[in-house]
Amino acid sequence: MGWAIALHGGAGDIPMDLPADVREPREACLRHCLQMGIDALKAHKSPLDVVELVVRELENNEYFNAGRGSVLTSSGTVEMEACIMDGNTKNCGAVSGLTTVVNAISLARLVMEKTPHIYLAFEGAEAFAREQGVETMDPSHFITPRNIERLKQAKEANRVQVDYNTRPIPKDNKPPAPSGDSELGTVGCVAVDSYGHLATATSTGGLVNKMVGRIGDTPVIGAGTYANKLCAVSATGQGDAIIRATVARDVAALMEYKGLSLKEAADFVVEECAPKGTTGLIAVSATGEVTMPFNTTGMFRACATEYGHRELAIW
Amino acid sequence: MGGWAIAVHGGAGVDPNLPAERQEEAKQLLTRCLNIGISALRSSLPAIDVVELVVRELESDPLFNSGRGSALTANGTVEMEASIMDGDGRRCGAVSGISTVKNPISLARLVMEKSPHSYLAFSGAEEFAKEQGVEMVDNEYFITEDNVGMLKLAKEANTILFDYRIPIHESCAASVESPIHMNGLPLSIYAPETVGCVVVDGQGRCAAATSTGGLMNKMTGRIGDSPLIGAGTYAGELCGVSCTGEGEAIIRGTLARDVAAVMEYKELGLQDAVDYVIKKRLDKGFAGLIAVSNKGEVAYGFNCNGMFRGCATEDGFMEVGIWD
Repeated sequence: MGWAIALHGGAGDIPMDLPADVREPREACLRHCLQMGIDALKAHKSPLDVVELVVRELENNEYFNAGRGSVLTSSGTVEMEACIMDGNTKNCGAVSGLTTVVNAISLARLVMEKTPHIYLAFEGAEAFAREQGVETMDPSHFITPRNIERLKQAKEANRVQVDYNTRPIPKDNKPPAPSGDSELGTVGCVAVDSYGHLATATSTGGLVNKMVGRIGDTPVIGAGTYANKLCAVSATGQGDAIIRATVARDVAALMEYKGLSLKEAADFVVEECAPKGTTGLIAVSATGEVTMPFNTTGMFRACATEYGHRELAIW
Repeated sequence: MGGWAIAVHGGAGVDPNLPAERQEEAKQLLTRCLNIGISALRSSLPAIDVVELVVRELESDPLFNSGRGSALTANGTVEMEASIMDGDGRRCGAVSGISTVKNPISLARLVMEKSPHSYLAFSGAEEFAKEQGVEMVDNEYFITEDNVGMLKLAKEANTILFDYRIPIHESCAASVESPIHMNGLPLSIYAPETVGCVVVDGQGRCAAATSTGGLMNKMTGRIGDSPLIGAGTYAGELCGVSCTGEGEAIIRGTLARDVAAVMEYKELGLQDAVDYVIKKRLDKGFAGLIAVSNKGEVAYGFNCNGMFRGCATEDGFMEVGIWD
């Protein structure tokens, strides 16, 4: 037993020749956030506090697809979503469709702690944010030039593909999901303290060029985010694949119902339950283990345990 | 064993003092819906079509809390949500914050089949609906006099007792004193009558669909379990599940997915899986669920006072009930 922490900045088709001017700031941020999380655990902060503060930091960093730096919808706007869960009580909070809230993960926590509900979205969530007096900024604050460019590229790529509004779609062929900079994913953090208390938090701007109103896996408890007394999980990758494979819940379910270890359960989900190229996850167990499997080209990730294990990697 | 099976529900957690005529009305609606489903199954319609058909019927009837007859938000408006899942391939579609689409379950299906995504909400979902040319109506269409009255009572309860946003217990779900009352008022005022349908067709394909107006007097923007895949709705190779009851408890317990997970990972049969989940996955909340298996079985379970339900199998079994 001992504390452990893991964080991610997204899984996807991250090219091995990712330019240094994009790779380095992200690595630096992961390193910084990992240290923040470690310091907080050493200072005996609760895992819930730890995952929230780490994800806030990732949201504030414009190089990741959450908070400032979120990817853009097809209308050029930002719609952020986040989710937080306490493993011991299974209390959870989620938000979607935020446009002015600086830290979506903190609003998710307020939904959990200050309302009788679990999930608030769009105007209702924004109204709640104002009531709670959380920090908000004009929507333009969240939009970065890099993401404006990404949206442009995604729209150009789609022009070549089928316009799903005007062509009749054969029954089993969903229109292609918007392509874009698929190296961008969600951010997340999972933590366990030396008492075995677990927590998880995930936050994202979603998919480049997504339809306005599109919700992904992040705020869907059991899909992108889940924690109970056995483990805490945060997933990243293609939202639709993660939803139908109930990724985060299944890691815990395999441990509970099949007696698999954390690593075995996480590997099974990533290798057998989700299609290749769609999913990555980070997870910690109540006994202080940590694992970060992915079936994509890469996943921005970092972890540490009380016993000195440290890791920071992309591929 | 084998053959088709179907179950429908109209909500878990029933006021024991529900007037006899309401009980009768409910049973008639459940019977009518079952028959619609049975007819479709006999015409060899696939499971995914049958669950949509049946839930459309439930949405169109003002009796339960979905479509017309939906519970009202704190602002007196209707915000509906729904989800549908096809066990064959585990395709899914969900919508939330729907206020002008006549049949949310059909919009959820269109999200599954005609959009590049799995879940659309609020204005984005309404925009998609317009593009798809689905039937749209004014928000007033969904509002019934009954529910306007219920909302008034729910608001009065909250004013007199406490600001429900500040929980008095450690649990942050709405304060549930007993399975029958919430905030001192009979449960029926909170209208937890989400509707749903699960089907396994003659080919052994399972599907599930759930639809609701949500919690009475809910904060605008509140999303419950019904549109969340794995919580209120799930279908895979082995089974199809639809849940109803206290949304927050269903979400925490990932109820629908757990029935399937317990079958897959613990190799329990359908009824055992349903019983296990109801018993062990709902620590503080009340809920019920209906389920079918790819073997043609049907099962249901609930840990509260009653669940409006009906089920039927190909060998002629048919049952409609409310109480234990």
